[in-house]
Amino acid sequence: MSEQFEPVIIGFTCNWCSYRAADMAGTARIKYPPNVRLIRLMCSGRLDPTFVLKALSGGADGVLITGCHPGECHYLEQNYKALRRYLLLRRTLAQMGIEPERVKLVWASAAEGVRLAREIGVFVDEVRDLGPLRWPTSLPAVHAEEAKMMEEVAA
Amino acid sequence: MNKYLFYPGCSMPRSARPYYDSLMAIKDDIQIDLDEIDDWNCCGATEYWSVHQLKAHALVGRNLALAQQKANGSNTLVAGCSACYLNLAKTANYMRDDPQLNRQITEALAAGGLSYTAGSLEIRHLLDIIYNDVGLETIRSRVVRPLTGLRVAPYYGCMIVRPDPDNRYGNPEYPTALDKLMEVLGATVIDFPQKTHCCSGHMTQISPDVAYELLHRLISGADRYEADMMVTLCPMCQLNLDAYQGDMNTYYNTDYYMPVLYFTQLMGLAFGHDAKELGIGREFVDARFALAKIGVEVPAEDSPAQPKPRRRKKEQGLPMPRMGEEEQ
Amino acid sequence: MSANGNKNEEGKERIGVYVCHCGSNIAGVVDVKDVAVWAKEEMGDEGVVVARDYKFMCSSLGQELIENDIKELGLTRVVVAACSPHLHEQTFRTAAERAGLNPYLSELVSIREQVSWVHTDKVKATEKAKAVVAGGIERVIQNEPLEPLRVPIHPATLVVGGGIAGIQAALEIADAGHKVYLVEREPSIGGHMAQFDKTFPTLDCAACILTPRMVSVGEHPNIELLTWSEVERVEGYVGNFSVTVRKRPRYVDTELCTGCGICWEKCPKKVIDEVFEVGIGYRTAVYTPFPQAVPKYPVIDTETCIYFQNGKCKACEKLCPTGAIKFDQEEEIVLLEVGNIIIATGFDLFDARRIPEYGYGRLANVFTSAEFERMCNAAGPTDGEVVMRDGVSKPASVGIVHCVGSRDRNYNNYCSVICCMSSLKFAHLVKERTGAEVYNFYIDMRTAYKDYDEFYQRVMGEGVLFVRGRVAEITDATRSPGEEGKLVIQVEDTLAGRQRRIPVDMAILAVGLEPRADAKEVAKKFGISCSAAGWITEKHPKLDPVATMTEGIFIAGAVQGPKDIPTSVAQGAAAAARVLSRISRGEIYLEPIRATVNAEMCSGCRICNNLCPFNAIIFHEDLMVSEINHALCQGCGTCVAACPAGAISGTGFSNEQVLSQIEGLLEFSFAEEPVLMEMTPA
Repeated sequence: MSEQFEPVIIGFTCNWCSYRAADMAGTARIKYPPNVRLIRLMCSGRLDPTFVLKALSGGADGVLITGCHPGECHYLEQNYKALRRYLLLRRTLAQMGIEPERVKLVWASAAEGVRLAREIGVFVDEVRDLGPLRWPTSLPAVHAEEAKMMEEVAA
Repeated sequence: MNKYLFYPGCSMPRSARPYYDSLMAIKDDIQIDLDEIDDWNCCGATEYWSVHQLKAHALVGRNLALAQQKANGSNTLVAGCSACYLNLAKTANYMRDDPQLNRQITEALAAGGLSYTAGSLEIRHLLDIIYNDVGLETIRSRVVRPLTGLRVAPYYGCMIVRPDPDNRYGNPEYPTALDKLMEVLGATVIDFPQKTHCCSGHMTQISPDVAYELLHRLISGADRYEADMMVTLCPMCQLNLDAYQGDMNTYYNTDYYMPVLYFTQLMGLAFGHDAKELGIGREFVDARFALAKIGVEVPAEDSPAQPKPRRRKKEQGLPMPRMGEEEQ
Repeated sequence: MSANGNKNEEGKERIGVYVCHCGSNIAGVVDVKDVAVWAKEEMGDEGVVVARDYKFMCSSLGQELIENDIKELGLTRVVVAACSPHLHEQTFRTAAERAGLNPYLSELVSIREQVSWVHTDKVKATEKAKAVVAGGIERVIQNEPLEPLRVPIHPATLVVGGGIAGIQAALEIADAGHKVYLVEREPSIGGHMAQFDKTFPTLDCAACILTPRMVSVGEHPNIELLTWSEVERVEGYVGNFSVTVRKRPRYVDTELCTGCGICWEKCPKKVIDEVFEVGIGYRTAVYTPFPQAVPKYPVIDTETCIYFQNGKCKACEKLCPTGAIKFDQEEEIVLLEVGNIIIATGFDLFDARRIPEYGYGRLANVFTSAEFERMCNAAGPTDGEVVMRDGVSKPASVGIVHCVGSRDRNYNNYCSVICCMSSLKFAHLVKERTGAEVYNFYIDMRTAYKDYDEFYQRVMGEGVLFVRGRVAEITDATRSPGEEGKLVIQVEDTLAGRQRRIPVDMAILAVGLEPRADAKEVAKKFGISCSAAGWITEKHPKLDPVATMTEGIFIAGAVQGPKDIPTSVAQGAAAAARVLSRISRGEIYLEPIRATVNAEMCSGCRICNNLCPFNAIIFHEDLMVSEINHALCQGCGTCVAACPAGAISGTGFSNEQVLSQIEGLLEFSFAEEPVLMEMTPA
């Protein structure tokens, strides 16, 4: 492809605040780049770090995590737990050789559709600057090697 | 021992000499070390700022540079005069927050072979360090002669509470630091409603009518609350209230007699120093009568007429709301 | 009820995909036909057996498409690509249910709010729509059939707070024939309204309209009144709460007490009444807060009672004709079983001492609105006479200051709603009782309710003077002979454009409303949330003001935010109606989005225990495993994500579902063939 690299980003939203913010952006016809695909969770606290790793390993170049503002979580305090996990996750990613800037946490309340759209735009630009992650493309060789090892062990 | 850099300002060695003398007398009692910076210059008061802002900043900048140079291990610069304090604080803060001003002043200082790193000094007023650093408990422990029965009106003036973003003296609209300090010395502190109202500053030179009106409000207010004296923390305020009280009385055809002392002088009295050491007796409105009430002898000079006696009101009717210790 | 249909020969689900045009809302940007065709062709391997596009899927015809396909094609899963699930998820679930498919096997993915309405590039939008549909398809394969939880509802109700809102709620529920426990912290019900003299705008006497209600509550066979009591602990969940209430000892035997009043008439110890009389009146150590108290039984204040402090006196015991005084009475702990709870604990007033410029507490003749109410009240400390602090002189001029502590960045930012009206009421009362000159100092006049503005006009007509400006200072530092002996109100008259110093004899501060001082503890006790200021958070500020996020707990009155009496009454009735609808159905259905601990995989590490803000996870010491109470669990999923052993699964948002959705979303994002790594769900 000779076009400009367009990142693919998976976004996690919480049912009560940020998903509604995304809906609100839609109702208000606010435009933002189509690079982001959103997944609805009930709460940002549901976010298992393996989801983020799955997304990155599955072809996403960046992951956006969103939730209710601290103090406004529908389930009272669970967004704080999401925050804790996110901070640890970023450190882990850095150690794995992935730029921690590829994963970003943004709080958005249900009324902040405009802001969420803007944050999405900003994040898309940031990830575009970081370049493609291209994690899966290096795996065929790894897979083949692993498959070979498994065969040897089974034999 | 709390160590500080000290900026006396122009008044302290001259017209506010009692402030300086009393401060020197009590500093060992409260264990503060005041290291006067060398070759300091005028802070610009209010005049220079109206003439040329940048030059005024540079003038203060020189003091900051000299203070930094002193390098006695402290990075707190203390001033006793509210105007000096405010000017030093303004320049220091603006240099820290405004890169352009910082550049200009740095250039000006460099021309004199000096430099000041913006943000390296903390500027504080004398009352601030005494109230917040030394603390009321220490002061209470040094009191040997409580000023029991002396009714004082604490007068802060306008400059130390405006601006006061950190609430160093209590609520800026209604500060209590000086009130509490006087209480700890044993005095009866009256609830002075004009404690942060303007003393007229330099209006005594520019527009005396306005000055007399403002002074009249303050002195009549203290008098209405039956204060024996006013206590202040700024040489300008003290000068206006004291030296111009006579002219104010003439202007209004009144006969108020309200002595005005510095808080350090009262601290000195409470710590057991004698009046002469603290510069008492040099004020225009003689404080001897008020101090005689609490058994303090002031060396005699010519004694003016005795002031009038006072009355008190009785209490009845609906109960007043309870006011707690902390009024914040 | 639930039917899975039959999977096809390869063990795959049979999936129906429906792409909605939504008129031109979606079709104008996304090539919906292409998406449908693509779904059938490209996702056929995943199990898609039919893919349709239609103008309006939410219409009855659209829904029928789905229903017919389920019946005729034996679909086991449904994916609808249309608008936001917040709008129509329930619609399509119900359609599936009608056709015999478990409703939770239907998914709605948004390609309108999240695609067609926010993107302009049609090619990219269509591509993204396909990805979104793919995500939905992969996810729905992992969906499990679920049944909503049914929870039985205990018919008794707890109402916390005996003010006007709580009284209204209690009466509504009791009149419908159900049991109500009304718990009130003070010795009598009535709340703040009992302290008022007149109520705006009708100038009805507050006690006259309130006391009949209070009496009804006291006499109602279905209401058990627990006054001088507090809720200690709340356990359980909707339909099934266990509430521990501590009944403080009155030291009066309520079986024997006749309410004759000899005890407090003869009690020698007089103290300032800080609560009911707001500090300007007195009561005795044994007292009822006011004459019309319900219940009529007095209480003894042990802090001031001579007997409790130093063993002497006992006048009340000696004089009581029925021997009802019992100094050895102890507190009682009762356990209440209720199905629903209504919290109506009301408000506190802003402490005017926090604004020293207004002189409250220093200047004798500065009063708060609460003090003035008590003064005006005929049964108050001055028998209804408007007098100054000396208790005798009548003021010739009064200044009423609006917005004290409200609409103020330094104190409370919000408007307290009722102070403008009560300030107008005071203006009227002062005029009526003293003929004094009255000034109202306001920022804006907030008179937005039935007959409120007409009241304002009436008061204007009575000659009250209005100055538009926030008062800067109230001081006794006078400057001119005209000000001598008076309080001077310094204010900028913004309409006249100048500073004014207005001398008055008396100033009344209309203090704002604040949440109760212990609002945060109370919220924690009941497992509900309150805002940073302390007002309890309603479920939805516009559409659901009397419910909270916690099922079974409702709120009414000023506890939710400042409001006047009619609104509090309406909310009390509304909360009661909600409770009654629950009681009449006998059970409620809860969404089955819950977490479950697989006991075999649980290692007993208890990491999950502290993560649950609803205390839904209990730990079995004997078995060393955690268990989740499904009625308490709200389905946030935090514990699911946190379990290091992966022992907790979350229905509706399981790991399998989310991970599959991620796969689907990414499958169609590359120009070249992607290589996906299969990760075993934790």
